[in-house]
Amino acid sequence: MAAAESYPDDLKYHAEHDWARIEGDEATLGITWFAQDSLGELVHFEPPEVGSTVTKDAACGEVESVKAVSDVIAPLSGEVLEVNQKAVDEPELVNEDPYGDGWLVRIRLSDPSEADALMDAAAYKAHVADQ
Amino acid sequence: MEATSLARTPLFERHVALGARMVPFAGYEMPVQYAGVIEEHRAVRTDAGAFDVSHMGEIHVDGPSAHAFLQEMLSNDLDRLDDGQAQYTLLTNERGGIVDDVIAYRLGHGQYLVVANASNKGSVYGWLKEREPRGSEVRDASDEYGLVAVQGPRSLERLGLPERPAFTHEMGELDGVEVMISRTGYTGELGVELCCAEDDAPALWDAVLARGVVPCGLGARDTLRLEVCYPLHGNDITTETDAISAGLGWACALDTGFTGAEKLRRIKEAGPARKLVPFVLDDKGVPRQGMPIEGGGEVTSGTHSPMLDRGIGMGYVPAALAAPDTELTIDVRGKGRRAHVVSKPNYRKEE
Repeated sequence: MAAAESYPDDLKYHAEHDWARIEGDEATLGITWFAQDSLGELVHFEPPEVGSTVTKDAACGEVESVKAVSDVIAPLSGEVLEVNQKAVDEPELVNEDPYGDGWLVRIRLSDPSEADALMDAAAYKAHVADQ
Repeated sequence: MEATSLARTPLFERHVALGARMVPFAGYEMPVQYAGVIEEHRAVRTDAGAFDVSHMGEIHVDGPSAHAFLQEMLSNDLDRLDDGQAQYTLLTNERGGIVDDVIAYRLGHGQYLVVANASNKGSVYGWLKEREPRGSEVRDASDEYGLVAVQGPRSLERLGLPERPAFTHEMGELDGVEVMISRTGYTGELGVELCCAEDDAPALWDAVLARGVVPCGLGARDTLRLEVCYPLHGNDITTETDAISAGLGWACALDTGFTGAEKLRRIKEAGPARKLVPFVLDDKGVPRQGMPIEGGGEVTSGTHSPMLDRGIGMGYVPAALAAPDTELTIDVRGKGRRAHVVSKPNYRKEE
């Protein structure tokens, strides 16, 4: 069952429809409700390799639905600590719980100050309204 | 997106009211999905689904020379059709290329209906009109009809219709709406296509849904047809591809001398250099149109199969790579994905 539209206040958002939950010098990344809704049911998540480096504003993986493929844009830079293997095995988790069980990647931030450039929930909601 | 220039079927308001996601397709604003592609796909495989296919072309060809004319234009043998029957056939060009794949219905003596793909209806009508001989009248009636496909193992039961052989048609009535009922479809399932007057289309659609049939969009239509390896014109077959290489020789009666038949005979005798084959991915990933296949091939259609839960598709490969079980490597955005050729169809219902 698809999740209801929401943009939690405790997350930071990137204009390319990705979110980051920042905890100290680590962050968990995923795609927003809007992103998964636009794509439809996901059938494939191509994760980055653990230990690789992701760069803010660059692709760090792919999510794919029946109809379309989309890059996952890293909202922040850092080293990949973990990828969500459950989302690789059951990509529909991203539709069901985009901010919880459907997280995609956990990274160690290389420059925590990058977060200042991200949007808060209110700004992101306004951004989505313009789409 | 030039929303203002897109046409709408008589069911447009119904789709919007059902919360469908509308996309431009073949010049129309069409529903790509309602609840979700996978859910709709499963409804058709296990129960019954309804598709608005009113965007397709309906071209009448009537007159004393209509039969001889269409026999020359279309690849299949029209002599094998009696009143009330229909056949899958190809409109071919002089090079043996495919202008469109269509269903030809024999409505009566000297009365035929050609149902063409939405994206090709202009070119099919133009092609036929340009070549129309004395004694044949080619008429584009696409805007006069609504067309609803109802497909799935429980489709006839839900509509209260009797079983009939595939590729037959008859006039009938569904909950007060007069319809032409054709035992045809694009999903590999039992089902019908219901053709009605354009103004009756909303009533027909409402009646079908009231009988518990699930509305389905173009997304599921594509995954369903690919699972059973039905080609899509514009992807798998084009004016530049021939019927023999595409594995559609069964729809070509070469001895009728239709346009391009001689060319096709030579391809058949020499053996095609490349063949359209269905394949299944052994690795994760989703193949897409245009992806290279190692060894000189190319994916023409690809998707994720909801029933097999893996990537499937069709593509042209050199003849040496066309046998079932041949291993293929598909370049999925720079990564080689293992796949293998399968025999049609990709998906078979467990009996």
